[in-house]
Amino acid sequence: MNKTIVIVGGGPAGLEAAAALGSSPHHVLILEKEHNTGGKLKNWHHLFPNFADASEILKSLEKSLPLNNSEIKYDCDVFKMEQMDGNLLVSLKSGEKIKADAVLLATGFDLFDAYKKEEYGHGIYKNVITSSELEGMFVNNSFPDQLKDGLPKKIAMVHCVGSRDKKAGNMHCSKLCCITGVKQAIELRKYLSKSSVYNFYMDLRMYGQHFEELYQEAQEDYGVNFIRGRVSEIAEISDGKLQVKAEDTLSGRPMKMIFDLVVLLIGMTPATSAASIAQSLALPKSGSGFLAPVHQHISANETCIPGLFLAGTCREPLSLQESITDARAAALKIIEWLKLKDNH
Amino acid sequence: MRFDYFVVPFCAGFGYLIIVLLFTYGRWINELGEGAALKIFKSLLTRKTLLASREVFQECLVHRKVFRVNPLLGYMHMSLALGWFLLIVIGKFEASYFTGEFTNEFYFPIFFRFFELSPHRTFTLQFFNALMDFLLLFILSGVALALYKRFKSSAMGMKNSTKHTSGDKWALALLWMIFPLRLFAESLTAGFAGNGSFLTQPLGNLLGMILPVRMLATPVWWGYSIVLGGFMVALPYSRYMHIPTEILLIFLKNWGIKPKDSISGMAFFELYSCSRCGICIDRCQLNPAINKKNQMVYFLRELRAGNEVTQMAHNCLLCGRCQEICPVGIDLTNLRTISRKQKDNAHIHSSSYPSIPMHSFSTKVLYFAGCMGSLTPGIRKSMETILEVSGEKYLFLDKEKSYCCGRPLKLAGRLAEAEKVSQNIKEAIVSSGANTLVTSCPICYKSFKDDYKCELRVLHHSEYLLELIQGGMISIRSGNKRLVYHDPCELGRKSGIYTQPREILTKLGSLTNVEEAYGKSLCCGGSLGHLTISMEEREQIQKSTAEYLNQDNPDCIATACPLCKKSLTKFSESPVKDIAELIAENLIKSNYKDHKTKKSNLAEAVRIDT
Repeated sequence: MNKTIVIVGGGPAGLEAAAALGSSPHHVLILEKEHNTGGKLKNWHHLFPNFADASEILKSLEKSLPLNNSEIKYDCDVFKMEQMDGNLLVSLKSGEKIKADAVLLATGFDLFDAYKKEEYGHGIYKNVITSSELEGMFVNNSFPDQLKDGLPKKIAMVHCVGSRDKKAGNMHCSKLCCITGVKQAIELRKYLSKSSVYNFYMDLRMYGQHFEELYQEAQEDYGVNFIRGRVSEIAEISDGKLQVKAEDTLSGRPMKMIFDLVVLLIGMTPATSAASIAQSLALPKSGSGFLAPVHQHISANETCIPGLFLAGTCREPLSLQESITDARAAALKIIEWLKLKDNH
Repeated sequence: MRFDYFVVPFCAGFGYLIIVLLFTYGRWINELGEGAALKIFKSLLTRKTLLASREVFQECLVHRKVFRVNPLLGYMHMSLALGWFLLIVIGKFEASYFTGEFTNEFYFPIFFRFFELSPHRTFTLQFFNALMDFLLLFILSGVALALYKRFKSSAMGMKNSTKHTSGDKWALALLWMIFPLRLFAESLTAGFAGNGSFLTQPLGNLLGMILPVRMLATPVWWGYSIVLGGFMVALPYSRYMHIPTEILLIFLKNWGIKPKDSISGMAFFELYSCSRCGICIDRCQLNPAINKKNQMVYFLRELRAGNEVTQMAHNCLLCGRCQEICPVGIDLTNLRTISRKQKDNAHIHSSSYPSIPMHSFSTKVLYFAGCMGSLTPGIRKSMETILEVSGEKYLFLDKEKSYCCGRPLKLAGRLAEAEKVSQNIKEAIVSSGANTLVTSCPICYKSFKDDYKCELRVLHHSEYLLELIQGGMISIRSGNKRLVYHDPCELGRKSGIYTQPREILTKLGSLTNVEEAYGKSLCCGGSLGHLTISMEEREQIQKSTAEYLNQDNPDCIATACPLCKKSLTKFSESPVKDIAELIAENLIKSNYKDHKTKKSNLAEAVRIDT
């Protein structure tokens, strides 16, 4: 019997899961809150560690979506779900209700609001930007004037903004900002050949394939500087120049440096769009507020609600590659679940 | 002479109490420090003494402040204190009127009905008699309420009441027994002598029908005397020491005696004035489940008992919410702070502190953002914008580098280091030649104002900005945003600045009020006063305060402290802004150009020099 599978979120995880479910006889419905699919990938230029074109990847993700059994609804906000006779009733803000045999939450993440670290001056000083804003500049190929004139520029990359920071309310490591910082430092060096780039870090977690190599490359081939120490505060001095105060923990000294641009490597935080859904189902959350699966090791995609599954960064910070793999795993679990449901 | 052996326990207890009090108070007064005696002597025959007497009447007898907390609780305290006081005074008048002479045996008025058995006939004596019965009834109603409060404190507005030690419970039992015993003693005597009034006479007659009243009266009078004497012996060792001590404390305070930075002299008067009423318990924002028996009432009890309190002393936000409601007006946060003082120098680092470069400028105004101001660039940038538009020549004292005002060190009990740190800023302030010091941080403000003792005007930016607006130096657009104001602890409770920020905000939008405001304002949870609190517990406070302020969904939460702003931003739904930021956003810059041309190149000069 054909069933309805609802996927909440049309980002990479949602798209990949829909593609994987395409081979099943079930009806797949993607509910996307924006005008188009792709999530945050839309606003990314190149991806670490190999500088792959993000738009190409997004295109291939969208292309693999079989249209015969799937449907995408745009601009719909899911705000509530309830269990009903072994099914899930999905309520949209528009008032529409959809009965689903299985639901996959692929709601993704939110970017950390850099204003919460007010001492870094984001939103106050015009030359303090976030990593996501920098990526947007590369995507649109539009840079602010002070980055255009070809003069030597000093740029600071601040790691761990809103990650591993109890005071900012986030204990977790977003794990991708380290490598993003390295990637963007190289990109900035390529774009502004006379610039010098300084990365301020606590420690660099180069966990993935080719990450460490890229880090080496950044230092050896691009002359990117790495200073071990957390930035304490940033102040605007004159002409929009920024004074960064930090502690160089290797030399054990406090230090001050003047920069033309500061890039804040903001981390991932739990998506606010998933909060009301989680609340309506009393879905447990992990310590840092991401949605908690039944078992981190062996049932990472299943929740305590029958028929409700998780994929991608709604449950923990993941890279694009990991999200895609995770979505496939979740799709498999959903097919298994629906088979089991049929037999009963 | 009128005498019976049963008065002996009372007389012994009374004598003992007087000796102990004289000895104890003598020692403390001796510790008040140099100049205290002169201060008292000079103030003795001034208005201060009259004011103190009024305060004693209002607080020790009527318990006005307790009435404000809860009327029923206030009545309970008043009936016992004022009732007992009047019983003694009117009793004395009655005895003097009866004997025709003012002096008589000091125990005679207390046991008047035992010694004076004839039924009174004159109208005056009947009136006295009725009045005494009424006062006894008044006190007994208080005792009944006190009993009720033991079982149900919530009926008197208290979620938590003090958990007393067994010593205090004994003293309490003695106190409660005094008045019922007096009632029975007088009633039994009235039962056979007919000297009672509207309360004791009917009760005496009733008892007379079922009991041998003549035989029972004397033993009950014995009981009354023993309980009275016993209570007076127990008094100096129990919480009831507050009864005589609070009176002295009020006089000393009014005469201008201030507590020193050690537990001696005045601090003892404060410690022993605590009645352990427990009103402070509910005011504490630290989670009661984690911080069992850590609130002020318990802290003072441990301190008074001479126990080790270092840990307790540090486990406090120093927000001052308890002090604000304390009916005795004890300087509670000071007692906590001075108990934090390092007993040895083992922990003191020989660190050097950065010194401010000295300037001498023709500027009248100094601006000091404070170290928290540097962590909230939105505030300092707004201040720079406003000052520039106002055309005021000013020197930004800590623009290039942050300096500590010393207060965080002082709150941590590191007085010597605090002094060292502040010395350097003080010199820079004095050498600048300015006459006004403006700061954005209420913590610095408190420190500059109370500890630095510089001869210049110290203003928090809320005061200064209001002056700029009122003086026409800046003009602002009024809006219709719904604002809620959060009073910072250090600005409101500690420095008494409540109205200036509100006056500015009413010009900017419509200010909605929340219940916990002014002196009752909640701590934002960011407190620099607590160094041992866990991040989880801190977040609990930050969250609940942010939620509280968001209850009416305001467009913006306004505050006047960089630390409050940072703490509240973390969990607040609506944006949290400093009043300086709100002004900068709504600043009319039309006459900005005129100022700019007039302005000397001072700002540039400062920049180059530093």
